[in-house]
Amino acid sequence: MLEVDSLEKRYKTGDMALRGVSFTVAKGQVVGLIGPSGAGKSSLIRCINRLVEPTGGAIRLNGLDLTKLSGGNLRQARRRIGMIFQEYALVERLTVMENVLSGRLGYVPFWRSFFRRFPQADVDKAFQLLDRVGLQDHVDKRADALSGGQRQRVGIARALEQDPELLLVDEPTASLDPKTSRQIMRLICEVCRERDLPAIINIHDVVLAQMFVDRIIGLRAGAVVFDGPPTDLTDTVLTEIYGEEDWHAMRKTREEDAADESETKAFEAERLAELV
Amino acid sequence: MVSAVAPAASRRWRRPPVFIKSRFWRIAIYGGFFAYLVMALWSIDLDWTRIVQGLDRGQRFIEGFLTPDFTSRWRDIRQGMVESITMTVCASVVGILISIPIGIGAARNIAPWPVHAVCRSIIAISRAFQEIIIAILFVAMFGFGPFAGFLTLSFATIGFISKLLADDIEEVDEAQAEAIRATGAGWWQIVNYAIQPQVMPRLIGLSLYRVDINFRESSVIGIVGAGGIGATLNTSMERYDYDTAGAILILIIIFVMLAEYGSSHIRKRVQ
Amino acid sequence: MPIGPDAADKTWSKHTRRGEWMIWGGWFALAVVFVLSWQVMNERTIWAFVEDAPRQGADLLSRSWPPRWDYLGNLWQPLWDTLNMATLGTLLGTAMAVPLAFMAARNTSPSLLFLRPVALFIIVASRSINSLIWALLLVAIIGPGILAGIIAIALRSIGFVGKLLYESIEEIDETQVEAVRATGAGQLQLIDYAIVPQVLPAFVGMTIFRWDINIRESTILGLVGAGGIGLQLQGSLNTLAWSQVSVIFAVILLTVIVAEWVSSKVRRAII
Repeated sequence: MLEVDSLEKRYKTGDMALRGVSFTVAKGQVVGLIGPSGAGKSSLIRCINRLVEPTGGAIRLNGLDLTKLSGGNLRQARRRIGMIFQEYALVERLTVMENVLSGRLGYVPFWRSFFRRFPQADVDKAFQLLDRVGLQDHVDKRADALSGGQRQRVGIARALEQDPELLLVDEPTASLDPKTSRQIMRLICEVCRERDLPAIINIHDVVLAQMFVDRIIGLRAGAVVFDGPPTDLTDTVLTEIYGEEDWHAMRKTREEDAADESETKAFEAERLAELV
Repeated sequence: MVSAVAPAASRRWRRPPVFIKSRFWRIAIYGGFFAYLVMALWSIDLDWTRIVQGLDRGQRFIEGFLTPDFTSRWRDIRQGMVESITMTVCASVVGILISIPIGIGAARNIAPWPVHAVCRSIIAISRAFQEIIIAILFVAMFGFGPFAGFLTLSFATIGFISKLLADDIEEVDEAQAEAIRATGAGWWQIVNYAIQPQVMPRLIGLSLYRVDINFRESSVIGIVGAGGIGATLNTSMERYDYDTAGAILILIIIFVMLAEYGSSHIRKRVQ
Repeated sequence: MPIGPDAADKTWSKHTRRGEWMIWGGWFALAVVFVLSWQVMNERTIWAFVEDAPRQGADLLSRSWPPRWDYLGNLWQPLWDTLNMATLGTLLGTAMAVPLAFMAARNTSPSLLFLRPVALFIIVASRSINSLIWALLLVAIIGPGILAGIIAIALRSIGFVGKLLYESIEEIDETQVEAVRATGAGQLQLIDYAIVPQVLPAFVGMTIFRWDINIRESTILGLVGAGGIGLQLQGSLNTLAWSQVSVIFAVILLTVIVAEWVSSKVRRAII
């Protein structure tokens, strides 16, 4: 179970990305996180695995407060949290198998990962996952030789290879075509149900979210403005989250992309500073 | 956890080789390289007594570097630096001016083939030889001093700038040249309106970069008598005057840093 | 495109008045600097020697022709030494450059305030000083021989490889790093899985490129006593045996061409 308790994030630029966000996610529940660009969705899920440092509040995963961890403990906590990224974020020049096995990095000592001598159990699991996501024929291909949908499947396999207790998913379909988007969303939701795995999916496409998730949290300007089942997501609620708009013709626009980018930039600058 | 897949038998996995896919060539190339390394290392003859003696000198040299002496040979150092700098300026200006027509002539898409062949050969000759070797020849012909150095650096500049300029021109966007040609422009107008705007920023960048390189080179060709700070450095090393040598090295480093900083600053403003 | 104040008759010029003045002023300043440099540089030039240069050149040519081809037999051993100096020097330099580059890159440096500036300084110092100068210093310290040559080549290569490598480390795709970090990977694993794959092809490319340059440089290190074919060149120059010098030049030229060919083949195969 994941408990987020009055989480706050203030960037060094002074921007308040999160203002006391609280919610809990039960085992096996798939939560869709929606909200306009700059509402703090990316910051929120990155605060959970501490790729972004929260400035206040607490995050408890199965009782363990993640905000208090550092060094080796933080890495141990991270390996229990799988993450799936918007632009797949595969290591392009490694093979599909190496990408999937990189999900075990938090478990194996450096020499094993360096010589690519992972325990056979890890390799077995990786093969199983690649079968599960339908990539059994691409094991030794380089990641940059795959199509977008295939890459995202590798991303899913990598996250599951971690044996996660929680899945964080950041805009999994943003760079995919509509059909592939549905396939990927279906796959993510299926694997979560198979494993009774809680997940938070940060997603732009409200219609897609309503189709697949159990519960939706709406974020606006760093605060929760909606929390409930997808069926309760009426036009009034959507207007409250996004502002006035024609909801049935919603498309992701270039402007949104640009705004999204500026949000990404803000924490990238901070990430750079703490990197390695 | 419920797995939807039938449990697979343990499958082994090994990382596929990163560079050479064929097993035979991989072993042959890596093995051959290893054998070469062993032979190469074997062929170094070490004179340990000389090296141990040298450690003492090495220490004195480092001390000299840390306590540089600018004053006692200041006249020589100044003379050397002035020569280096003036050589750099003159050679860069002259070299770049000559490079431009040669570079244009060496571009296949705008020059007729005889011109192309001649210009490309000039470039090839200029690039094939080390500056030092050119300097030896020029010193033999023109006598000791910065004039030979100036010629050396100009010659090397021609090879560098012309080659890159010609490559740039060959890569320009043909559509733009086409559009200008369609207006009825002559050859000069095409070069002026279609080619020049496309390659000019790069040319300026390259020229500034070459100024940098010329200064660095001007500090060595003095060793074979072509003027500049290299001659001063060589003399001070021969006299075991490590404090002065240290001072000269520090000056070289500072000037190179300044030149690099200045040229990157100008490049940013131009582009 | 500045337009005149009177809308009725619009005038057009590419630059503003002031901009035009600045540009002309810049060119004028450059011309003045050039003329001054030219005068200072040639203060001591003996023009009689310069006028005599064509005759000297013809004389040199007649003395170097025909080349003494039987001298080739004396060149194989020095050529082998030259090759070894370049290869071992490149390997040694690269080995030192890698940790330095990781210290110098902003995104991997363990300490931005202390180690990064130190690493950057080492890289700049190594780049500022030509390998011939390094050889000059090292021959004085550890004595003549190919060891001095190897270390000289290595010291110069550190800056080259170090600079290019740290720049490519700074340009890597951060999202890949973030993804690997999110799996709970440690620092070394992060470098191994997220950074090395991204910079490896560029790194191998720049190393081979540097090896190619080093072959060129190592041919002349013998001039200051650091072994290789340059020693033979020095000896022949000192005895004015120009017919041997021309053989040496031919061998150097051939070596350089072969090295360039090998390096471009290998780089193309990798990238």
